[in-house]
Parts: sequence; C-alpha cells; structure tokens
Amino acid sequence: MILRLFFSELRLLSRNKAQVLNPLAFLFLGVMLFSVGVPSTVQSNGIYAGAVLWFIVLLTNLLALDGLFRRDYDNGVLEQILCASEIPFMVILMRIFVHWLHTGLLITLLAPLLGLALGIEAHALPVVMLALLLGTPALSFIGATGAALTVGFSRGGVLLALLVLPLFLPVLIFGANVINDAVAGIDNTAQLYWLAFISMVAFTIGPFATTVGLKISVQLQ
Amino acid sequence: MFLREFWHKLGSPKWFYQISTGWMIGFAVAALVLLVVGMVWGLAFAPADYQQGNSFRIIYVHVPTAMVAQSVYISMGVAGIVLFVWRMKLADVAIAACLPVGMMLTALALFSGGVWGRPTWGTWWEWDGRTVSTLVLLFLYIGIYALREAIPDITLRGRASALVAIVGTINIPIIKYSVDWWHTLHQPGSFSLTEKPTMPVEMWAPLLVMVLGMYCFAGYIILARMRIEILLREQRTQWVRGLVA
Amino acid sequence: MLSASNLISQRGGMDVFKSINFELKAGQCVEVLGDNGAGKTTLLRTLAKIHTQYNGHFRCDNFLYQGHRLALDELLNAVENLTWHGHLRGQVRSEEQIFSALDRVEMSRNSLSPCAQLSQGQQRRVAMARWLLSVAGVWILDEPVTALDQSGQELLVRILNQHCAGGGAVLYSTHVTLPVVNKLTLVVEAVENQRFAR
Repeated sequence: MILRLFFSELRLLSRNKAQVLNPLAFLFLGVMLFSVGVPSTVQSNGIYAGAVLWFIVLLTNLLALDGLFRRDYDNGVLEQILCASEIPFMVILMRIFVHWLHTGLLITLLAPLLGLALGIEAHALPVVMLALLLGTPALSFIGATGAALTVGFSRGGVLLALLVLPLFLPVLIFGANVINDAVAGIDNTAQLYWLAFISMVAFTIGPFATTVGLKISVQLQ
Repeated sequence: MFLREFWHKLGSPKWFYQISTGWMIGFAVAALVLLVVGMVWGLAFAPADYQQGNSFRIIYVHVPTAMVAQSVYISMGVAGIVLFVWRMKLADVAIAACLPVGMMLTALALFSGGVWGRPTWGTWWEWDGRTVSTLVLLFLYIGIYALREAIPDITLRGRASALVAIVGTINIPIIKYSVDWWHTLHQPGSFSLTEKPTMPVEMWAPLLVMVLGMYCFAGYIILARMRIEILLREQRTQWVRGLVA
Repeated sequence: MLSASNLISQRGGMDVFKSINFELKAGQCVEVLGDNGAGKTTLLRTLAKIHTQYNGHFRCDNFLYQGHRLALDELLNAVENLTWHGHLRGQVRSEEQIFSALDRVEMSRNSLSPCAQLSQGQQRRVAMARWLLSVAGVWILDEPVTALDQSGQELLVRILNQHCAGGGAVLYSTHVTLPVVNKLTLVVEAVENQRFAR
C-alpha cells in the first residue's frame, strides 16, 4: 500500500512541477548572486564554497519545506491521512521521503554543476556529492517537524525558519567542513560519519515528531 | 509509594499552588544568601587573575547565567516529555514559566560574555564555539516563544511548544559537539579561557557558590511565575476566588 | 456502532458544548442540529479522532469522516483521488468499481478532468463516490448538503438511506433537515457565557 501511495505521490509531483522546479531555480539563483557579489579581485577558488553551498542548500530546503504539507492541509487530505489511514506514521514518513527525493537527492545530483559554479575543483566533487547525500536527509526530517507545526498559520514561513534553522547548524558545520577539507585535499571521513549520524538521528525522531506536530496543527482549524 | 502519590498530586494545580509556597520561600532565601555571599566573596576577596587582573571577576556572573540558561532549556524538554506522557497541565505551566527566565539568562550570558571579551580578547564579539552555542540556545528559546505567540489555543500551544522543546533538547548535545569541533578546527586555542580545573580554590569556590545561588534564583523565579500562571488559568475556580477575596 | 456518553469537547481548556449522549445502532441515522458556533463540527471531529481534547467517552469503530474540506487533491482527477483514498485505507479498487461509483453519483462524464476544474457541487458528488467505495460502517459527515443542487440533495438522501438499509449508520450535521428514514435528532447546544480564554 505504501508503495502504491508512493507512486501516486510521484504522479502528484509530475503534475505540480513548480513545487520541484522553483526551489531548484532559487538554488542556482542564490549561487549566481553570491558569485557575482564576491569582489573580482578575490581569488575565491573554493574558500567560501563549502559554507555558501550549504547555506544555499539550507535555504532552498526551507523554501520547499513550507509547501510540504500546505496543500494537504488546505484541501483536507491531511485530516484523512490522520483519521483514515491505518498507520498515519508510514504515510507521513513516505511524504517526507518524497520531499527528500526532490530536494536533497536532486541537489546532490546537481552538485557537480553547483560546485563548478562556485569554483570547487573537480577532484573534490565526489566528496561534495557524498556530503550532500548524507547531510540532506537530516534537513528534510528535522525540517518536516517544523513544517508540521507551522502549517496551520497562513504565513508560517518566517516562523518555520526560526524554528528549524538553529537545528540545521550541525549539518552546516560538518557539511561545510567536509567540503573545505575536500577542496584542500584532506581526507575527512570522520565528519562524513557525523553527517550520517545526524541524519540517522533525524530519521529516527523526525517522522514521529512530524506526526505529533500534524495532529496538533489539524486541531487549529 | 511516596513518590507515586506525589506524582499524582502534581496533577492538581491547587495542591501545587499550596505546597509550592514553602519551596518558593526556601529558594528565595537560599538564592539571597548564596548570591550575596558569592558576590561579596568573588568581587572583594577572591584574588585577581595574574593575567586578566580584576576583569576576570565577571566570570562570577557569566558562568552561572550560562549554565543555568542551558539547564532551564533542558528542564523545558523534560517538562515537555511529562506533558506528552502524562498529559499533566502543570508541565505546560512550567514551560510557560521557564521560557522568559531562560531567555533572559541566555541574553545575560551573551551580554556578560561580550563585556568580558572586550578587555580579555579585545573584542565585544567573537565567533567562538561557546558563544555560538549560547547564541543558538537563544534562538531555540526565541523559536518556542514565537510559536507560543502564534497559537491562540492554550492546550495546543502547550503541546506544540512541548514538542519543540523535546526536539531541541535532543539536538542540544549534537549542536554543542559540532560547534566545539568547528571551534577547535578554526581557532586552535588562541584564546585560552581560564578553565575551572586550572583555577585555585579561592577563585572557584565563590564561583560554585554563585552557580548554586543562580540555580536557586532561577528556581525561585520559575516557581513564582508558575504560581501566577496557575492563578490566571484557574481564575474562575472556587479556590482561587476564595484566595483572592 | 457509534455511541457517546457525557461527551464534551474542549477548546483551549474550555467546554465547547453541553454534554452529549447518544447511541447509534446499525441502520440508524443521527441528524446533528445546532446554531452556528454551537460546536457541531467540533463534535464530529472529536468522533473522528481528529480533535483530541474532550471529556467523557465515546466509541466509534471503522468510521469514515467527511469534513468541510473534501480531501480531494485539485491536481488529480476523480478516479485518481478515489484510488488514492482506497490506498490510504489499504484497499485496492478496480477501475470498474470506481467508475460504477462515479456513475451512481452521476459524475462519470467528468471522471477524468482534474478536480480543480469541477464545481463545488460536482466535487461534493465525487466525495459521495468516496463514501460508496469505502467499507466503513459509520459515516460521519459534516454538512453534506452544502453546495448540492436539488437532484444532488435527492441523491444524497438516497445514498444515506441505502447505506442505513445495508446495515450502516450515519451521523451528519446539517442546517436543513433531510428526509431520511429511521432518523434520530441530536441538538448541540453551546455552553452559555463562554469563559474568558487566555
């Protein structure tokens, strides 16, 4: 059943391309704005790349998160997930996973392009992709909790950022460090493990917390 | 058996209001004594630091506020768990009372840190590991506060803020660890804070007194706020009317 | 199938309506009446286990809930929406079943256009097809008459009667009484002088 729901979710995404493409456009826009803003006298070859890449990834994720449950909340689907489904938890877990597919995984696949735009050298790109692959699940799973709690407010975007961005800090720190080390040619497997660990923690508590948050939010109507 | 009975009674705001009078006075007296003793001892009698001179004395405000600020957040997380597991109304009262206290203490810790940093490090603000983790703590407080402001329904407000407090508490160790790692990587010990173990007894004993005093002070304020909150929430009940009349 | 004793829903720690008692057996309908703001919707949401603040007891097994929001995704067409709702409950419905249900609510012509293009009344009919497809014994419907035309209302009454005749039970809120057979009436009354909510 979950698999069938998963496929219908993908079909929904194919109908709603803006949900996928708008954040991606923002991602590239952000990279461009940064690159243009850096003074041309600075040979910035990748000094800021780690920090900037992760920062923009965080913001992109945040933008996408705001819409994670918004439509479901407005059209009543969310109520049905909570009251009609045998295991709402699994349905919500699947929703978050799909969200990760079209934010985290997609960004990971596009990372070589972003990396080159930011002046990361080719030898570091596999590590950049690995760092994004291991770090972005944490963003989706922690962020979903915030999205669940703020979906009841028509303008919950700022509140969502306020709730969620402080919790993203460890991902930013380790993620940026991994990329910086990769650019400098230093092996930094330890922090990759840390990224994986944070994602595992987020995966463990995120879906539960999201379910609880949604149960609170539907009562605000 | 005794604990179980106690736990059950905590479900009644009235009982808590009555019993907490004594605790509150106890905390207030203890805080007053400890803070005065610690303050006088630390400011007047403790020896000056051989490197930092007298400016180090702000440690007696800075360290206690920072420690208590974090403890208050963690106790909010614990109260959150109590709220979810036992549906205890008092837990939400506790969260509501802890929130402003913790927020003020965190802000105070950041401010006193800046004041201390000026003569010692030569700057009001430095992106040091601990500074960042305290700043993140402030943002965590602000996040819960903003969420509480946004939800009009008192029950849902309590549950939502409890959930955020729990998630935040789980994240605090990860945040601290990551920030420490980042700090050591970026600034390998260029600023050496006078750590407690390296301090002579005459210096850390008043600090200990101040820390205990600050805990008692926070306990007093939180209890006082909880009692006011209980009165407000129960204002239509017989016992509160009897109390006010 | 559905019963409540001394049920009082709460909002922000305040009682919403006066305590409610009823017992609904198979084949019966309950019509929930009450003024605006009396708490009809809150009662229905409590029974559907969406609203979780209440005192008292109720029993409600294997139910279907239909709120004000129809739970139809506007980007999907009627068939896809109904398939999705089946999957949510762990049921697979064949295309024939879905089309015959849509046929019964006179929506087979619009079955493949996105729900965003349907009118309110037409969406209501698609929602009715969802009830027909579900295996739930108890239907909890929040103002099902809204936005329905004359023939739609007749259809609604027919469907409710058929469901009750088949051993089901229905609890619906409304402002216009419906000519449903075997009907009980439940009036929801708001609690007087609502306490000051802080």
